[in-house]
Amino acid sequence: MSLTDDYRRREESITLSAEPAGEETHELLTLNIGPHHPSTHGVLRLLSTLEGEVVRDIKPIIGYIHTGIEKTAEDKSYWKVIPVIERMDYLGYYFNAMAFCGAIETLLGLEVPPRAQYLRVIHLELNRISSHLFWLGTSALDLGAIGVFWYALREREKLLDLFEMSSGQRMHTRYIQVGGVFEDIPRGFEEKLREFLKIMPTRADQYADLLEKNEILLERLRGTGMVDQETLLGLGVTGPLLRAAGNPWDLRKAQPYCSYDHFDFKIPIGTVGDNYDRYRVRHAELYESTKIVEQALAGLPEGPFISPDRKVALPPRHELATSMEALIHHFKLVTEGFRVPPGEAYYPIEGPRGELGCFVRADGSAKPARVHMRDPSFTNLQALAPMVRDGYIADLIATLAMLDPILGGIDR
Amino acid sequence: MPDATGLELAAHELRELDAESIVDTEFHRGRATLIANPPQISKVLEHLKTKGYTFLASLHGVDYYPEEPRLGVLYELLDMKQVDRISVKARVHSDDAHIASVVDLFSGANFPEREVYDMFGVVFDGHPDMRRILMPEDYEGFPQRRDFPLGGEPVLFTYNEEQNYGRWQ
Repeated sequence: MSLTDDYRRREESITLSAEPAGEETHELLTLNIGPHHPSTHGVLRLLSTLEGEVVRDIKPIIGYIHTGIEKTAEDKSYWKVIPVIERMDYLGYYFNAMAFCGAIETLLGLEVPPRAQYLRVIHLELNRISSHLFWLGTSALDLGAIGVFWYALREREKLLDLFEMSSGQRMHTRYIQVGGVFEDIPRGFEEKLREFLKIMPTRADQYADLLEKNEILLERLRGTGMVDQETLLGLGVTGPLLRAAGNPWDLRKAQPYCSYDHFDFKIPIGTVGDNYDRYRVRHAELYESTKIVEQALAGLPEGPFISPDRKVALPPRHELATSMEALIHHFKLVTEGFRVPPGEAYYPIEGPRGELGCFVRADGSAKPARVHMRDPSFTNLQALAPMVRDGYIADLIATLAMLDPILGGIDR
Repeated sequence: MPDATGLELAAHELRELDAESIVDTEFHRGRATLIANPPQISKVLEHLKTKGYTFLASLHGVDYYPEEPRLGVLYELLDMKQVDRISVKARVHSDDAHIASVVDLFSGANFPEREVYDMFGVVFDGHPDMRRILMPEDYEGFPQRRDFPLGGEPVLFTYNEEQNYGRWQ
């Protein structure tokens, strides 16, 4: 088969089922956007059908960075799965680890100490801020506001420094472990965090000043990509997209996990569900997450930062020199890992983009028999077609930016 | 999650509707699972949808190798009013893996069903667009099955690109 024939065959294998029939068909243009395009936020390919400048249909084509993480996870012991799981949604690494560890803890029936829960909340919410900041910067970049990108990444840099302080890594920190967290926060972390919490709200105000007084940006966001709540719920959309449409569904409030019920915070919601509401909801979440971190830091309980169960968590280093038992536990955990009794668990948490759920099936061995991540980006991407249909192609870029898809999470 | 009694009640109600619909129930660590008969899956989900479980949170494929029926399709349903979750499991044989699609009930099942097909080879009858989603279109085999070897994909270098999958000349 010649190169051209093969190309034509592949091209024909893609059907555009929603193509309207009739004499107008000849006016339609099929335009390929991506997979390598700066405004697709990753390796996303969009096959769009255009009539003039109006998008009549769109088909997302994904899988370009499918790395088989779920398959890889089946070949690793539970605690070695955490680093690969973290690389799925690469902006929300704490969330991936949290969903996975939560599922394992459910299967083990393991109690997490209160200090570990608070430390988890601090890092999860900081991660939510950093994820939203990155979203804000890149989205504003797509809409032509380059300045915000530098400012948002300046604050994100501070967060990465904090992550580096507590875990040694700036990204993919492997901080959350089964039974607790990897390490207690170091000396100096608290001061640096307080400093950050003090400036964060004022910085968020500055982003709003930069963006919300910009007529061009407002014109591009207001009234575009509007989809009602019922359609979104039918498509399985959660997170800021659903909240922007006026549904206050947030798992942190609805089904509190990891002691989120101890904190006082609000759920920002939108009114009509257009791109402007999506922007506002995420922007308001920056303040709310800051508030949660403040409260968690103020009420940080004393106690262990990881479960004292030696069958699951590594014994402290100093015990290895004095206790034979600790040495045996250490050896067993490092070589084989812990075993999880047979069963299935689904552990949903509220990620920065919606319900992030981890399904784990354990078969009694030290390796999971199945790990599946319900990634919100994957499900939310289905809502792209109803959002952009019958709108301008310029609005498609704005809608895609406000959808906030993370291709690492979509393709896994 | 409904408790163990609530799960039995739900199963009983479904059995009254159709005696064949529910094979078994499972209650483990607070997770309630109804094990449905694959031909009745749409009926079961439709009934649960009218009972308030209107949101399909997730859909997973599982391979129970070497047990038969080997492949499992799991539906995680969520009742947003009562904040209650229930999961429905259907087990299908690997040599004739067919199950009805639920896209007409939950339009959000479109991508997840394609993913299960892609990874496990379960064909969802009635799905509007039953194609692979993550793997390449012309890929052979179902990589998430337990008997699919890990690391079986040849790595493409200049010297072997002629022989390998993915060549384009």
